[in-house]
Amino acid sequence: MKMTATAKQNSSLQKLAFTATLAAVLVFGLLGCRQSVPVGDATGDGSSTSESIVAVDADPVPTNESRRTRRAKYLPRLSQYALFDGALANLEPAAGVLPYDVNTPLFSDYAAKHRVVRLPDGVTVAYQPTDVFDFPVGTVLAKTFYYPHDMTQPGQGRRLIETRIMLHQPTGWIGLPYLWNDEQTDAMLSLTGGAVEVKWKHRDGRDRRNTHLVPNFNDCKRCHENQKFEPIGPTAGNLNRDFDYTDGRENQLRRWAEIGLLTGLPDSTQVPRFAVWNDEATGDLNARARAWLDVNCAHCHSPIGPARNSGLHLHVGVAEPYRLGVYKTPVAAGRGTGGRLYDIVPGHPDASILMHRLETDHVGEMMPEIGRSLVDEEGVELIRQWIEAMEPAAVPATSPGSAGI
Amino acid sequence: MTLILLSLGTLASIGCRDHSPMADSGAEVSTIADAAESVSPDATATISESITSVIMPGPEAQAQAQEALITAEPGDVIEFAAGTFEFVGTLSLDGIAGITIRGQGIDDTILNFTGQRKGSGGEGLMVKADRFTIEDLTIQNTPGDAIKISDSNEVTIRRIRTWWSEGPSEQNGAYGIYPVMCSNVLIEHCVAECASDAGIYVGQTRQTIVRHNRAMRNVAGIEIENTIGADVYENEATNNTGGILVFSLPGLQLKNGSHTRVFKNRLFDNNHPNFAHEGAMVATVPAGTGLMIMANDHVEVFENDIHGNKTANCAVVSFLATQRKFDDPQYDPYPEAIHIHDNRMSDGGKDPQGVFGDIYKQAGKLPMPDIVVDGVLDPAKLVDGKLPDTLAWGIVNNGDATFVNLGLAAMLQGKGAEISDDSGDYAAARDPLAAIVLSGVE
Repeated sequence: MKMTATAKQNSSLQKLAFTATLAAVLVFGLLGCRQSVPVGDATGDGSSTSESIVAVDADPVPTNESRRTRRAKYLPRLSQYALFDGALANLEPAAGVLPYDVNTPLFSDYAAKHRVVRLPDGVTVAYQPTDVFDFPVGTVLAKTFYYPHDMTQPGQGRRLIETRIMLHQPTGWIGLPYLWNDEQTDAMLSLTGGAVEVKWKHRDGRDRRNTHLVPNFNDCKRCHENQKFEPIGPTAGNLNRDFDYTDGRENQLRRWAEIGLLTGLPDSTQVPRFAVWNDEATGDLNARARAWLDVNCAHCHSPIGPARNSGLHLHVGVAEPYRLGVYKTPVAAGRGTGGRLYDIVPGHPDASILMHRLETDHVGEMMPEIGRSLVDEEGVELIRQWIEAMEPAAVPATSPGSAGI
Repeated sequence: MTLILLSLGTLASIGCRDHSPMADSGAEVSTIADAAESVSPDATATISESITSVIMPGPEAQAQAQEALITAEPGDVIEFAAGTFEFVGTLSLDGIAGITIRGQGIDDTILNFTGQRKGSGGEGLMVKADRFTIEDLTIQNTPGDAIKISDSNEVTIRRIRTWWSEGPSEQNGAYGIYPVMCSNVLIEHCVAECASDAGIYVGQTRQTIVRHNRAMRNVAGIEIENTIGADVYENEATNNTGGILVFSLPGLQLKNGSHTRVFKNRLFDNNHPNFAHEGAMVATVPAGTGLMIMANDHVEVFENDIHGNKTANCAVVSFLATQRKFDDPQYDPYPEAIHIHDNRMSDGGKDPQGVFGDIYKQAGKLPMPDIVVDGVLDPAKLVDGKLPDTLAWGIVNNGDATFVNLGLAAMLQGKGAEISDDSGDYAAARDPLAAIVLSGVE
């Protein structure tokens, strides 16, 4: 079936769900401290959201539980977003909800991810070539992290761990972590994040385990907030790929344009395409390494990102070798230097701080700082090859060596 | 009182007092507010009343503290009770102005991060929020920085101790107290120990006062880096590798630090072996450095008591002295307009370390003089072989303090060092720098 039709057919439901969400936010925001009935006590589906608001409005008993009220600004259950049809764990997109994928994803301890987007009915997104698309207020992005029980046999089932919701409110984007229950029937808001023990059979057939850390509300901002909070993944270059829709395989951007979500999509030859970091058919070593660095690092390491104090900028457009770390001294690396002098020494990955940061799993040294606790073995190998192949750049101003003062 | 009778507008403006537990279980959480405090029904009230959330030690403390920080509203206080808190992840405050974090005293409230998990950041406390205050507690054993505060205006850090309880080690976190890319920062009455980089580090910041602190057993006691406008006074730094550093490094957002006053400090016996990881810039600081200025401009150093630092009581060097590469055309590696006057210096240079020590020892004279300069000036700025008055140095009225110019400029050109005790080029006093004024700070 075509998304166009279903989006129209279900627009009223969709609108209701969104309106309810918005109303919840607005009402609770305005009410400040007065209410005592957390939305979390509501029964769970989209319609109950509005019921809970009514209940709150009718509640005559002030209990001074303003802390709970503050928390209750946000929907307590994933199911209340009405993003999925049927059993929630199937993650079957509801009408008007589009699944999508990206060319090169952020490494998250080998977790697999399922992504959907829902736009408010009747609105469009204007194409832009480099920045993240300017999704309208009301947009919901949901990214569900899960582990297949057996990565060599994906049909063996999976365990859903968390769903991160990004919600574009009138006041800007926010990010909310939802933690799946053991029964896999719903995911609950967990503003403070959490830690989940996970195990799976890895691609190499070995059993692996890990403590999967679910970020807290503020952790979300650590990656998503440059000058303002916004999504990272959905850029033209990263969305420019095929996707297996229920009615066939098609380029994602083309599909978005066809169903009227995306306007101004240029001819396909004009649309940038991020390399798939582990697919040689999609780009040479440099393109794949730069895509990997962009996705895994540049949300912090950019001129407007949280790590701009470091002066190391790793987004895909950076051309200056020094900005990329070539013969660049660190600032606040502390023990994260691994005893090395420069971020990148061309041709010498083992002398490059960047490699140490990626290869270590010591807290306080590893990069990214949050979001992983394992080493991305294949990603690290890619960056190793990239540094190995790097030609020594123009030699910087001072002579080599570091005898110190 | 019935809140429901109040208008929404009033509710929004007066906020509310929370007497409730923060978590549903709630058993270990209470607030200090008592029942006598209540929300005024006065509809004209405009000042928000804040919530004070009291966090007690225990297994729920991490989630409760973090939730309080996430759901805080401007004016709130997050108060840690007395006791030791065991945290497994970074605590963070983001985007909410006017928050105070408070303990019961530097010896009474301990936030311990020994068991911090991988992937949770490494810092003890991360803050990005204006008008932030933290006071009266200890943060210890963080894998990374103890308190990192970035992009924040009006920051007060008061009576905080940051340290690593096992003593100096390269495994310790880099910084203790670490405001970066902030403005209007006050750090006072703090104690910073055992950081593998700097105990108190102010980076890429504008308008800072660092006063009445103690820094011991760090690589750098107090470091002011790529910062514009800092007053550093009445601090004590001892048994660090370097007592106070005023640095500008290349490749950063805020390019060239300047306008720092270092005065009335006591910098003595900063002879601790350097335990920074190689690669960190402070790894290049030789043990026994009292005060070092590198590549900064407009630095005024006066009325300090600097003694017993075995390499040099006071050194002023260019970034070129590090022999590190850099490629940043807007970076100025030369220190200029340095003014060192009316200090007391003694008992320094007895066992000078590092390249400078080697250079000087080869000259066959000990001790190393109190004031050491590398003598590397920017040839592009010289007029008749000298810096113009706007950039000239003044080294005057320092009592019996001795002086040496290591003549590193010649060495960098491949000649031998041209060591000289002639301070004639630095003999003119400079006008004093303006004091830093922070709103509400005396």
